[in-house]
Amino acid sequence: MEKLIEMLTELHPDVDFATAEDLIDDGVLDSLDIVSLVSQIDSEFGVTIPAEEIIPENFNSAEALFALITRLDEE
Amino acid sequence: MKKRVIITVCASLAVVLILAFLQSLVVPKYADNREGLLVGEYYAEAGGHDVIFVGDCEVYESFVPAVLWEKYGISSYIRGSSQQLVWQSYYLLEETFEYESPSVVVFNVLALKYGEPQREAYNRMTLDGMRWSSSKIGAIRASMTEEESLVDYVFPLLRFHSRITELSVDDFAYLFDRPKVSHSGYLMQKGIDPMDGDATEEGRELLDYTLPETSMEYLEKMRALCAENGAELVLIKAPTNSWRYWWYDEWDAQVVKYAEEKGLAYYNFIDETEEIGIDYTTDTYDKGVHLNVYGAEKMTEYFGRILEEKHGLADVSHTEAQAAEWRTRVDEYYKERNR
Amino acid sequence: MLFASYGFIAFIAVMLAAYYLTPARWQWITLLVGSYVFYAFAGLECFVFILFTTVSAYIISRLIEREIKKENDYVAANRDTISKEERKAYRARAKKKRFHILLWGLFLNFGVLAVLKYSAFAVSNVNSIIALFGAKTLSLPSLIVPMGISFYTFQTMGYLIDVYRAKVTPERNPAKLALFVSFFPQLVQGPISRFSELGAQLTAPHRFNAKTVSFGLQRVLWGYFKKLVIADRVVIAIKTMLDSPEEYRGAYVLLLILLYSIQIYADFTGGIDITVGVAEAMGIKLAENFDRPFSSKSTKEYWRRWHITMGSWFRDYIFMPISVTRPMMKLNKAMAGKFGRVAASKTVAYIATTVTWFVTGLWHGAAWNFIVWGLLNCLVIMISEALEPTYKKFHQRFPRLTESKAYSKFMSVRTFMLMGVIRSLDCYGNVGLTFALWGSMFTLGGLGELLSGGIFELGLAAKDFIIVLVAVLVVYAVSVASVKGSVRERLYGRPVLSACLFGALLIAVIMFGAYGVGYDASQFIYGDRFR
Repeated sequence: MEKLIEMLTELHPDVDFATAEDLIDDGVLDSLDIVSLVSQIDSEFGVTIPAEEIIPENFNSAEALFALITRLDEE
Repeated sequence: MKKRVIITVCASLAVVLILAFLQSLVVPKYADNREGLLVGEYYAEAGGHDVIFVGDCEVYESFVPAVLWEKYGISSYIRGSSQQLVWQSYYLLEETFEYESPSVVVFNVLALKYGEPQREAYNRMTLDGMRWSSSKIGAIRASMTEEESLVDYVFPLLRFHSRITELSVDDFAYLFDRPKVSHSGYLMQKGIDPMDGDATEEGRELLDYTLPETSMEYLEKMRALCAENGAELVLIKAPTNSWRYWWYDEWDAQVVKYAEEKGLAYYNFIDETEEIGIDYTTDTYDKGVHLNVYGAEKMTEYFGRILEEKHGLADVSHTEAQAAEWRTRVDEYYKERNR
Repeated sequence: MLFASYGFIAFIAVMLAAYYLTPARWQWITLLVGSYVFYAFAGLECFVFILFTTVSAYIISRLIEREIKKENDYVAANRDTISKEERKAYRARAKKKRFHILLWGLFLNFGVLAVLKYSAFAVSNVNSIIALFGAKTLSLPSLIVPMGISFYTFQTMGYLIDVYRAKVTPERNPAKLALFVSFFPQLVQGPISRFSELGAQLTAPHRFNAKTVSFGLQRVLWGYFKKLVIADRVVIAIKTMLDSPEEYRGAYVLLLILLYSIQIYADFTGGIDITVGVAEAMGIKLAENFDRPFSSKSTKEYWRRWHITMGSWFRDYIFMPISVTRPMMKLNKAMAGKFGRVAASKTVAYIATTVTWFVTGLWHGAAWNFIVWGLLNCLVIMISEALEPTYKKFHQRFPRLTESKAYSKFMSVRTFMLMGVIRSLDCYGNVGLTFALWGSMFTLGGLGELLSGGIFELGLAAKDFIIVLVAVLVVYAVSVASVKGSVRERLYGRPVLSACLFGALLIAVIMFGAYGVGYDASQFIYGDRFR
């Protein structure tokens, strides 16, 4: 989780990702950020996020994203 | 809930009423283009005629029922309209037989040249005047151009709605009543515009001189309809023959052949202008395309004799009421003619 | 069958009556039969294609489902005996296998679409290459393009991909799937629905509810207002200009762009209102396709608000998958090392964006002008993306200006104009000509002529422009009002006002709609040839 927050903060230093929700719906993360995140998560966590999981619900908060990673890892 | 239903019903009624009003407002009043009113004027005089004319402008500009009555005591009506097509004549006749049983039906053959609907506007001018009946629906179905639909006839508002931006005083003046324009179907034209240099010109060559199958079919239907109703069908070609509406010998031959086969009388008046007494320097209002009132009177006198001598209309009896009505009509006719 | 036809209105009336007279559990069958009847009006030969899509989608979806079940059963049974790596490897292999099945479905259906819609385009391009070498050119194939084929193909392929992604459970009943493919209101101009949103709704029973039905019909009426009063009237002037585009240069090009923006908005959103309204009247909620697009402040935002279901289709099924494919991920990682993460991700995103827009252009039509249109949109989006930091600095520097209302209006107008200019490619239909005319726009030639009456020579009189202007203001007012929530919902509480407004709307559509043969008074003058 910490690693993930770090990753996110690097993209947007001005956002507090520990508490922020609605990252997609509020337009904080755009498609560029997502492309970057998916690539980094793949190398850091060894988890490939498939295109179908790239939906607002999974990217709206750091927590949701972490849950996604965990779920994909466990599947 | 109940309140909502009441509101909806009231609003729907209001909308229907407003639309009905708007419909009367936008439908053409034909105050300037009087031809559009001809068909609708029949109903006021329907019944008890000896002769019914059907056909295009060549009937309603060539024969004067008032004169036919005055000179021969023949009661007649002209169910003519602009560029009336054969199937329209057929359905108008079918409708007429619902109102009366004439002994002679006269049809002008020029329209046989059209095998297809020509112009939407002319369809409207002929059909809108008809009262609703199976004949009207038949006529509409037979006449529609590709762009038209039956719904446009049922609700003329849908057809004429765009006139809302071009209303004139007439539209308000004739909101509910139309002016009366004809004398028993005769549309009076008093102007004189002599046939000029192009009098000698003939119609242009055609690729195919066969009269369209559809028109001949409806002619045959019309014959059968008359036979069924005990009326004699008489075919005529009005005397006018401008190169613009040329009557070709090839067409004439086909009509002659048809008339012979079916035992019908056919009079082509084109070559009888001298006998009729028509003078194309005074008797036409549009360079010989149509007769004016002076020509039509001559034509009527001539044709009346034919009806009397050859079609058993020498001594037809009428009721006093009919005679009285005709006296008024003759008076009205001369009032306009001599004004 | 066109929306603006008596036939369509009659069809809707019969359909609604039949739908609510059918016992609830059979309603979906009525809908399917109705949809097929509707499709039959478009021509029986088209049936082959929609049936092909339905049957192939059914078979492929069931095959994929079987594979998914096999995979899950295996993992469940062996969860404790195999290692995590083995499990992941197994899943990857299984996914690949069902991907191959999916590919067949995509290949067959997009293949049919491509052949029908694009073979003439492809052949004409091949011909122009052949012509360069002076060889004999091929004859152009003329194939029928069945009604709605782009829409139902994309919708059905979206379904297949969702099945493959295990996001939806495949429909077991082929007739129900057939309804999802052929649901008739959508066949004319979309929207492209998702099975997860629409599938269950289509087959669920819907009891008659006066409010739902009247809301649906109100929306249909609103759609007709936009379409008949605005779009079909404005189109007359557009057609005049497009008949001889060379003659209408300079200021006329600007006028065309403005009129076309109005026309396409009224026509497209109006059409969607009719579609959504008809569905709503049957208790079915379709996805919204527009969200006040002309208020957008950037191209990117515009494309989130205009033709939304198409945009999201391309995002979910083209842009995203491309961005996270293996080669892209590799490229991303390789570049991240050398040029930094931002540049790497940007490159990947730009490539994916370009491909997506190329396909989007092609989707709109088989012609170069559509491809150029797509790529220009793409270019604008990428440039504004690249300039983002500059904008930010500008905004920080002049906060009072950039936070003002006027500035936000300026951004909307700018986006509206930009989109309008690019959009004019699809009316001229010729790339070279469009560019030349864009050039002429800046000279403002013809402005004098236009203002001194030329504007009324295009087939629309002053009163037509007044009608359009008033109608546009009405649409604008309603659009603004809808920001605060559904207008119909607010009117529902005031039944008398609502009845008056919708009554007036109906009368306005009938009286001011540009439909039917029209009235040309001169037509009614007998013997006019002599005057």
